[in-house]
Amino acid sequence: MAVREVVRLILAVSIFVGPGGVLAAGPASDLESLAKRLAAPATQKQALAEAAESADPGLEALLRALKEGGLYLYKDRPVLLADDASLKDLAGQPVLDNGQPAQLSSGQEAVTLDESLFGAVQAILQRLEVFAPQAATRRSAAFKLGASGDAAAIPLLTRVLAREKDPGVRATVAEALAKLQLASPDPASRLAAVQALAQSRSEAALPALRAVMASDPDPRVKGEAGDAIKNLDAFLFRRNVLGYFFNGTSLAAVLLIMSLGLSVTFGLMGIINMAHGEMLMIGSYTAFVMQELFATHFRAHQDYFFVAALPLSFLVAGAVGLALEIGLLRFLYRRPLETLIVTWGIGMILQQAARLWFGDQTSVSPPTWFRGGWEILPGLIFPWSRIFIIGLALAVLLALALLFYRSYTGLKIRAVMQNRAMASCLGVSTRRLDALTFALGTALAGVAGCALSLIGTVDPEVGKTYIVDSFMVVVLGGVGKLVGTVVASLGIGLSNKLLEPAIGGTAAAIYAKVAILGIVIVFLQWRPTGLFAAKGRAAEAT
Amino acid sequence: MKLDRHVAALAVFGIVFVVVLPLANAAGLLSDYYLNLFGKYLSLAILALGMDLIWGYTGILSLGQAIFFGIGAYAIGMCMMLEGSGKGVYGEPVPDFMIWNQVYQLPLFWKPFKYFPLAVLGAVLLPALVAAAIGFLTFHRRVRGTYFAILTQAIAFAVWLLVNRNEMKLGGTNGLTDFKSLLGFSLGRPSTQRALYVVTAVVLLATLIICRWLVRSKAGLVLQAVRDNERRLEFLGYDVNVYKIFVFALSGALAGLAGLLYAPQVGIITPSQVGVLPSLEIVIWVAFGGKGTLWGALLGAVSINWLRSVLTGTYPRLWPIILGALFVGVIMLFPDGLMGLGARVRRFLGPVRMGGPEMAPQTPPSSSRPGEAGVLLEDRR
Repeated sequence: MAVREVVRLILAVSIFVGPGGVLAAGPASDLESLAKRLAAPATQKQALAEAAESADPGLEALLRALKEGGLYLYKDRPVLLADDASLKDLAGQPVLDNGQPAQLSSGQEAVTLDESLFGAVQAILQRLEVFAPQAATRRSAAFKLGASGDAAAIPLLTRVLAREKDPGVRATVAEALAKLQLASPDPASRLAAVQALAQSRSEAALPALRAVMASDPDPRVKGEAGDAIKNLDAFLFRRNVLGYFFNGTSLAAVLLIMSLGLSVTFGLMGIINMAHGEMLMIGSYTAFVMQELFATHFRAHQDYFFVAALPLSFLVAGAVGLALEIGLLRFLYRRPLETLIVTWGIGMILQQAARLWFGDQTSVSPPTWFRGGWEILPGLIFPWSRIFIIGLALAVLLALALLFYRSYTGLKIRAVMQNRAMASCLGVSTRRLDALTFALGTALAGVAGCALSLIGTVDPEVGKTYIVDSFMVVVLGGVGKLVGTVVASLGIGLSNKLLEPAIGGTAAAIYAKVAILGIVIVFLQWRPTGLFAAKGRAAEAT
Repeated sequence: MKLDRHVAALAVFGIVFVVVLPLANAAGLLSDYYLNLFGKYLSLAILALGMDLIWGYTGILSLGQAIFFGIGAYAIGMCMMLEGSGKGVYGEPVPDFMIWNQVYQLPLFWKPFKYFPLAVLGAVLLPALVAAAIGFLTFHRRVRGTYFAILTQAIAFAVWLLVNRNEMKLGGTNGLTDFKSLLGFSLGRPSTQRALYVVTAVVLLATLIICRWLVRSKAGLVLQAVRDNERRLEFLGYDVNVYKIFVFALSGALAGLAGLLYAPQVGIITPSQVGVLPSLEIVIWVAFGGKGTLWGALLGAVSINWLRSVLTGTYPRLWPIILGALFVGVIMLFPDGLMGLGARVRRFLGPVRMGGPEMAPQTPPSSSRPGEAGVLLEDRR
């Protein structure tokens, strides 16, 4: 240490007496005096403590230079060594010496930072992340400051609030500032802080407000906090309910795509495809395989794997369905119970084959477009992937409705549903229609599986999660009616997601499922053929 | 003549399984392991008989039979757990697994099962009651066919979900195991296992006789009429629902009985035996053996379970595929199962008889029952 100081002294003197020794000395700012003291080992610690309180915009560059060994003394004036080896002063202006860019004398050492103070510098730099270019970094830094309870951060946050443009970050900063101000000795500023927290509408503000409620000496602040808690609770309740509705709708969307196929085949042929869940699995694995293919062959266009996977999953699952129909189910017509057993067997084979081939669990990472979401309320984000699934369900529904009620094929399908023998007599090829409809149903399950890979893992049992629910949709909605399937999907999806929080606890999802099953059975007492059953004599028979 | 053949078969069965096998075991000719294995198969055969009554004879596909089996097995399991409690590691008056879940007081619903007669009664009557309740709620509202199958499947799924939870206080995913004794007889002793085997074989024999009597009685004929043409039966003035609820409750009771005999011999009952897949497996036993014949159900249960014991040991990863292929193959290729194989071969080799019911090459054999094709045509219109 002593040696180094002697060297520095000699250097300083040599600079001082060196040629042209006139410095363009500006007014020594606070930062400059701080920097000078930082440069001197004896005052470094003291100066750092001051730096922690400072809110100067140049502080970050100074500390970073100090940490990384880029802080020098040029003619006793602190300067920063920029990346291009030029010298900048603390305000970021080039240092000029007689009109020429100043140069460090060769062999000059940077200001050293005492090892023991490294952590302190790091901490200050971290809190200065509230000025980082990325909004997310700024946000998390502000949040950390708010949670630290360190009153020293108040001036810093105030300055951030003055220059922050991003509304999301502003809200976080304001909340953090308010949290810190809650500890202020001045009741007026505490009151303002409580009001600010009430406006933040953030869940994280609740514990702080409760603490104020419990211990603040000023009754006005207390009362304000009480109101704020009440308002906040009401807001959070509304927000959560909205969130549950959204989750329910997105579950309903998946169920809808799945059940539409199931319901149409059931309505047309009177058979239930127990391997429908495995068709969904095939769709998911198609997405997975496409992802892997793109990763090896078209790395640059990785995101587009999903664009390829979506139609492909429709085709692959449809082809499997068609093969199944032509190869096996064709021989079992009019024996619905046997079909049920055979398709269950097919499902088992497919499931185990997938397990042997792909392993127990794989996952698809969604294209980058689906990252993030729509922040509809503070703290409530609707992920783009789920919004996409809801949109996809609507598109599928629309396409199917057009096919059903606006096309010649749809006319034939409806005719066969109403009276198979008569339609057949009038020249409708019922066998071909059956095969096509069955393939369409499985293809839709494939699409559902592809969409599902965006929001969950891909594993051999992925179908199991949804299959029982979609059976319930078919039972509840009635046979072969699109509107029934839509209403039943929404009903089951929403009641699942609304019952879960109402029941609470770790097993809420399971109890919700059980409860819904109970509701369906009770419902069948009232309407045994579902919500929108076909009317008339033909309906009696199923 | 036919009756004599049946009595002869019963007698052979009784002599071989009730008398010869246990004696061979006592004499050291048959190992304890194999006798125990046979005991397990025979108890599962009772389960298959129940399934055959409702599916093979009445044409109702219940995918919830494993629930009833589970009730029976859990009932006797609780009884055995309580017999062993207090002697466990912790010396508490509740089974050990409850201590792990911080339950120190015996739950109320466990208490009746402390008494063996109540446990046996519960194992048989509870499933019958549950089945009757489900049947009442569904049959009365004309929930039938595929609807009934997927509803019972959903119930089985729900029950499986529930039993897996520790909060149900039934041991969670681990189920009930580590049974020590039954009625004071140590379950580890070969003589106890031999006695259990004999009881199982006798009960199976009795079940066979009762089922045989039932399906040949008038009620049994009504049940088969439900399968062949339910609507016509309704028009004839029969209260179809009463028969259906009765047979569902009876099949539930038989499943409970099977569980009652199964648990002490196997020594464990877990939720994996209560769900949808075990329910469907029972269907495939019956289909494999030949639905609508009592011997077929018995044969199917024993042969598939034997196959399972052999194959899960050698090819555990392929077993689900083999089972799935059995589901497909049996239904597609042998709709009448093993019992129908002889007739099939005879028909294949026999002389051509035009117009006979055995002809009509494209129609699947089970619709060669005159009624079945009829009802479906009429129903689907």
